[in-house]
Parts: sequence; structure tokens; C-alpha cells
Amino acid sequence: MPEKNKFKLRKSWDTAILALLFVVWVLASMTTDNFLSSINVSQIFSNSSEIMIMGFAMVFLIIAGEIDLSIASILALSSAMLGYSYAHGAPIWLAILIAMAVGTTCGFINGFLVTKLGLGSLAVTIGALALYRGIANGILGTNTINEFPEFWTNFGFDTIGKSFIPQTLPVIIVFGIFFGLLLHNTPFGRRTLAIGQSQMAARFAGVNVVRHKIIIFTFTGFMSGVAGIIYTFRFSTAQADNGVGLELLVISACLLGGVSIFGGIGTMWGVVAGVMLASSVESWLTLREINAQWRTIVTGILLLISVAAPVLVDKWKRAKATAANKS
Amino acid sequence: MANKGDLLLEMKDVKKRFGGAVALRGTSLSVRAGEIHALLGENGAGKSTMLKILAGVHVHDGGEITLGGSAFISGSPQASIDQGIAVIYQEPSLFLDLSLAENVFVGRQPKKGIAIDWKEAEAQASKLFKELGVELDPKRQARGLSIADQQVVEIAKALSMNANIILMDEPTAALSASEVERLMTVMRNLRAANKAVIFVSHRLDEVFAISDHITVMRDGATVSEKKIAQTDLQTVIKEMVGRELTELFPKTDHPIGDVVLEVENLTNAAYFRNVSFTVRKGEIVALAGLVGSGRSEIARSIFGIDSYDEGSVKINHKPLKKNSPIAAMDVKIALVPEDRRQQGLFMVAGVNRNISMESFSRLTGRFFINFKKERALTNEWRENLSIKYADQSDPVDRLSGGNQQKTVLAKWLATNPDLLIVDEPTRGIDVGTKAEVHRLIDKAAGEGKAVLMISSELPEVLGMADRIIVMREGRQVTELSRKEATQENVIAAATTGKKGI
Repeated sequence: MPEKNKFKLRKSWDTAILALLFVVWVLASMTTDNFLSSINVSQIFSNSSEIMIMGFAMVFLIIAGEIDLSIASILALSSAMLGYSYAHGAPIWLAILIAMAVGTTCGFINGFLVTKLGLGSLAVTIGALALYRGIANGILGTNTINEFPEFWTNFGFDTIGKSFIPQTLPVIIVFGIFFGLLLHNTPFGRRTLAIGQSQMAARFAGVNVVRHKIIIFTFTGFMSGVAGIIYTFRFSTAQADNGVGLELLVISACLLGGVSIFGGIGTMWGVVAGVMLASSVESWLTLREINAQWRTIVTGILLLISVAAPVLVDKWKRAKATAANKS
Repeated sequence: MANKGDLLLEMKDVKKRFGGAVALRGTSLSVRAGEIHALLGENGAGKSTMLKILAGVHVHDGGEITLGGSAFISGSPQASIDQGIAVIYQEPSLFLDLSLAENVFVGRQPKKGIAIDWKEAEAQASKLFKELGVELDPKRQARGLSIADQQVVEIAKALSMNANIILMDEPTAALSASEVERLMTVMRNLRAANKAVIFVSHRLDEVFAISDHITVMRDGATVSEKKIAQTDLQTVIKEMVGRELTELFPKTDHPIGDVVLEVENLTNAAYFRNVSFTVRKGEIVALAGLVGSGRSEIARSIFGIDSYDEGSVKINHKPLKKNSPIAAMDVKIALVPEDRRQQGLFMVAGVNRNISMESFSRLTGRFFINFKKERALTNEWRENLSIKYADQSDPVDRLSGGNQQKTVLAKWLATNPDLLIVDEPTRGIDVGTKAEVHRLIDKAAGEGKAVLMISSELPEVLGMADRIIVMREGRQVTELSRKEATQENVIAAATTGKKGI
């Protein structure tokens, strides 16, 4: 493969995460009774559905040097619109389309504000985080909608036949393959990496940076909408506070997976490994009956490690190289 | 306090290397109190290196520097300040939200007990401004001050630190005519106060208007050091360019064909005005001039990185959409930009990824990049340009400057452009690779491409170009054919704006 020696540090980071994932699985299965039971593995996949789906898109944004903190609010707004329009008589397929359209629109608005007005994505999407969640609140208030067609709630909850594979998994795999190919095998993906590596050089290479970023923001919104739909069916619940805080899990999974917070570097399978690691640790701690606060603390620590480690390793390597040059 | 005529600074046979590149091969300079001393030379002659050694940014490798009789302590900006040396850069770096008095005394505020004595600071600043002949309000914010006035504040700051040698690096480059006059007044007042002023400038008319002494540098050595009365414009220009054209330029004669690029009355008010020229098939046209004369901005406007206010660009007789690199690439324009690290390359990406960046249409099937074709393309250009790397996925960061430059060239030549624009194609690369790059540019012209070359190196311009357009401060001064052009008339046009000397 031509990618072979690319970004050795990052590659080794990806590999390290995979190894770490393995270690977590071994330790978890040794310290709990049923970590590797089919039900629990199924749960791990199922619980990471939304994070995975949003991560597929978020990785493009982070690689391009941007970020979207409003994805969990977009998830909630799509969920709210899905529930609201279904409860008000729309057929379910229409409600699903509306939810997707809402997500896509939110993403487009974020992209437009960031690129055309030149506002920082951090500032814009913090505002959007509050705004979209606020609109979801406005639509549903404290109401909860939990009447949905059985076919769809089964889709969110059941496994395929008698296997332990959640019905949502094939959907996730299809998205994963699509975005993985998009990132690594198409000019679009190359341009995304290019923008993150040097926005100026990308402009000199004829990349329409503004349009490119708007597209990424828009499909991030779309994927957040899809995540909202899956979340709604998985819990049979549309409510305004669905998915609070998920954006941090998505971002930390990406960073854990070796995506550089400074942009320009990242792989799709790294993100998959990152999400799996985060949700495996979560599941392990749950099985050990460690409470939610501690789980949050562990997530935070993982996030910090994933940001700090590549920088520290890089410094160490440089120091070693300098020492080697001197001798 | 120095008396007029005291020897304040003496540099003897000062040498400096950066890795393999020799920046100074033995320069001398002596400057006395109450003197305005101009330091002249082409780009790359070593003026900035000299200033940086005095400023404490670089340490010289050989030679002697004495300040008023005692040896210069080198290598620390603070030590230079303590020894009475102050540097005023082209772009002042004031704290824009602080008052002028605060800026002058930042870090050394006069105190009354433990509190800062602002009245005292303001009074002192006001006095310094008066001495310089520019009455600024010490209480006002630095924001909104013109560049010239900001320089005055910097100079006041230098004086408050008892500087007696004031170095100015192209202080007038960013100033309007009236501001230049004002700065000259300040310089004269400094001279009257028995300070030594050393200034670097490319505007020879100004140099002759104000300086007492002129030192000319060339290729890292001092060529001459004279009183103003002992020299004249023509002599100075001769001394600046006196380089023999011994370097080999492989320029060959090609048939020149139809017009490819037509630029008409192109104006971008901030950088250049009414620029008109053409480039034909098989022809190499050079834009000569000093750094900052608007040449790169013209290239950027043609390629669509920047917009322009007026005028038009035509390619093969068809108007080209402005401000759209994609449109420019569609009509087969390639731009090899001046800064390869920032603009030309993705430094952490592999050689293959850099080279394939503009050629996806040839490497992509319906949707996906064919990695095999990408490898083949990279190998093809590695051979064409003899680019040296260990593995084609090595980040270009690890390549030498010359191989990096070849990679940028490869990426654009791979698009088979009709118009190749190269901006400083050989900056910072070794002599051998330079010759190779020149050969490649000549070959491109031989293949019928139109070439627009921007270069600050006179031998390169004279050796490569069929026609030379000389720019000065955003305006076209003159156009010279290969036959007419000499080092003297090009540099005279670039530095004085006059067609002949």
C-alpha cells in the first residue's frame, strides 16, 4: 500500500490504540463475568452507534482543522422533530426525512457561519450548541414522545435473527465504508487532509477551501441527524435532552483514534478503534458497577492522554534525534 | 555621550555561515557618532545578516567587532540593547492597546515608591518625541498610529534605553512620500544628537538625499565604503551588481509562437497599478524588481489566489475569471509560488501525495484514486526531475530544499500547463540544483509553454529571460529585450524608477 510509511508516529499511535483495546478486553473479561458475553458485546456495539456515526463525519472536520461542538444538540433537534412530526400525524418515513433535513440544515448553517463570516468554529458551534438544543426544548418542552412504529423501535433495539449483531450495525458499517473510502481513496479526502495540513498551500493548490468546509459541516449535520434518528428508535424516546454531552465523547474518540487536534492527520480505522476503546472502557466500568461520575472522569482522562501523548512522544523523539545528531 | 566623529562601531572581516551557505565572507563597516550610514546591496548580499549579528540574533563565526573600543558581546538581544544598539524593524511591534508612554517605557516604567509614575513617564516620552522633532501625544493609544509614527515611538524607546547606534532595516519601505520626509527629519535630529544611524534601503534616491557614508555589500563582502561626496548613483549601482555573469545558464533559443497570456491594465490598488504585458508560447518573460515591488502579487492575481480591482487577464485570447484558481487551472495555468514551505507543499504529506495533488483527474477512475497510477506518476517525475528521496511516501519535510523545489515543479509540470508561472524558482537552493531548475524551465519553454518568471536574482533574470519587465513599487518601469538588458540598467530601473542612467 502506498500509505505504508505515512506518518509513522500516528500509525504507531493507531496500532497502540488497537493494542490498548485488546488489553482492555482481556482485563475486562478477566475482572468481570460477562464482558465478552454476546449480550454485552452486542451492547457495546449498540451503545456506540451514535458516537460512531457522528465520528465518521467529525473526523473530516477535525482533519480540516475545524470542530463542531453542536452535534449532540443537532441530534436532539432531529430527534425532537422526528417525534413531533410523527406525533402530529406525519407518516414515519416523512418524519425520518424531516429529521435528516433538519440535521443537514443545521450543519450547513454552522458551515456557512464559520466560512463565509470567518468566525471561529469553536465560537460558532458553542453558540449553535445552545441554540439547537434550545429549539428542541421549544418544540417538545418537557414532553417525551415514545410512541413509534414497532418495526422502527425493533430496528433500534433488536439483533439480527438470533445472532448478537444489532440491526443498526449493518447501517453503521455501510456508513463507515462510505466515509472511509471518501477520506482515504478520493480526491475529496485528499483535499480535506490538505486543508488541515496547510490551508494556504491548499489555496495555492486550487482547493476551494470555503466550499469544501461547508460540505463537511453539512454532512456532519446530516450524520448527526441520522444519529438522532437511531438514538430515538434505540430508546423509543424523542425528547429535548437526548444525547447531552455526546459531542465530547465523539471528539475524544476521534482524538483517541489518532486524529490530530491540529488537523491534517487522521485515519478512519483509527476513529473506529477510538470509539470501540471508549465504549469498551465505559462498558467495563459499568459492569464493575462504577458510578457515572467516575466514568465521566475516566473519559476525561482518556481524552487528555490522547491529546497529550502524541505531542509528548514527538518531543521525546526529537530530543532523541538531537542527541543522536550530537554524538 | 559620544562626541561627533568618535568611532562607535567597527566591524572587521566578519564572517558568518549558515550550515553550508556562506552569508558573510568578510565584511567590514565603521560607523562614527553623528553620521547617517547607508548599507546597500542586492537581495542576499548579507545586509540583514549583519544587522542581525549586531542585534544579537545571530553570532558571527569570525572577525572582530568593537564598540567604541571595547569588544562587542554577541549572541543576545538584551546584551545588544545594553551595549547601546537598537534595531528599528520595517514593521514596528508596538503594543497597540497601550499608550505611547507605556510603549516607550514598557518593562522599565519610572516608579514612585511601588507605583508606576505615569506623569514622569509621560513627561519623559514627550521630551523624547520633541527631541526627534515629532510631537506625539504620549497619552494616546498606539493603535491607529501610522507606520512612520510607530517607528518614531520605537526610536524614542531606543533613545530612552540610551542607544547610540540605531539600526534601521528598510525603514522607508512601507512609508508614503510625506512620511519618508518625516522619518528623514527624525534621522537628521538623531545625527544632530551625535547618534550613529545605520540604515538599509533599496531606494537609492533617498540614500543619496540623506546619508553621509555609503557602504556597498555584495555576496557577503564589503565592496566599498565611501563618503557621499566621493561617489555617485552610477558608481554605487556598478558596485552593487559587479558580479561577473559566469554562472552557466542553459538557455537555448526556441521558436516563439502565439500569445498565451495577455495582462491588460491590471490594478490592485494595494500592490500594483496599470500593469500590462504579454507572454507568448515558448517565451520566458521575467518580472524583475526588488522584493515588495508587487511582482508576486501580480502572479497571485493572474492565478486567482487574490482578486484585482481593474484590468483583465486573457489566456489564449479568452478572458479568465478573476479570483478563481480553479478557473486558472482549467485553462492550464500553473503557479509555482515563492514560498515552497508555506504555499507550495504540504510538508507532512508524502512526496507522492504532493506530486499527485493537481493530477487527480488522470489518477481517478469513477470515484477512487488509483494508487498504482499515483506511484507511477511519482516515479515518472522522480526520473524527469531526478528528485532524490528514500521512499515516495516520505514527508517532503525530510527532503533538501532543492528536492522540495523540484517536487513543487513536478506537481505543476505534471498538469502539462500552457502557462507556467514560477516565483523565485531557485531561492535558497544550492548551485547545482539551481542549474537543474534553470534547465527544466528552459525545457518547458522549449516544449512550447509560456513561462512567466519572477526572480530577484539578476544573473538568473538576465540569463534566462527573453524579455524583462522591471517593476518598482507596483509600477512597470520599463521593458527590456534580452539584448538590451544589463545588470546596470535593470537595477537602476528597479531602484530609482528611471529608465536609463
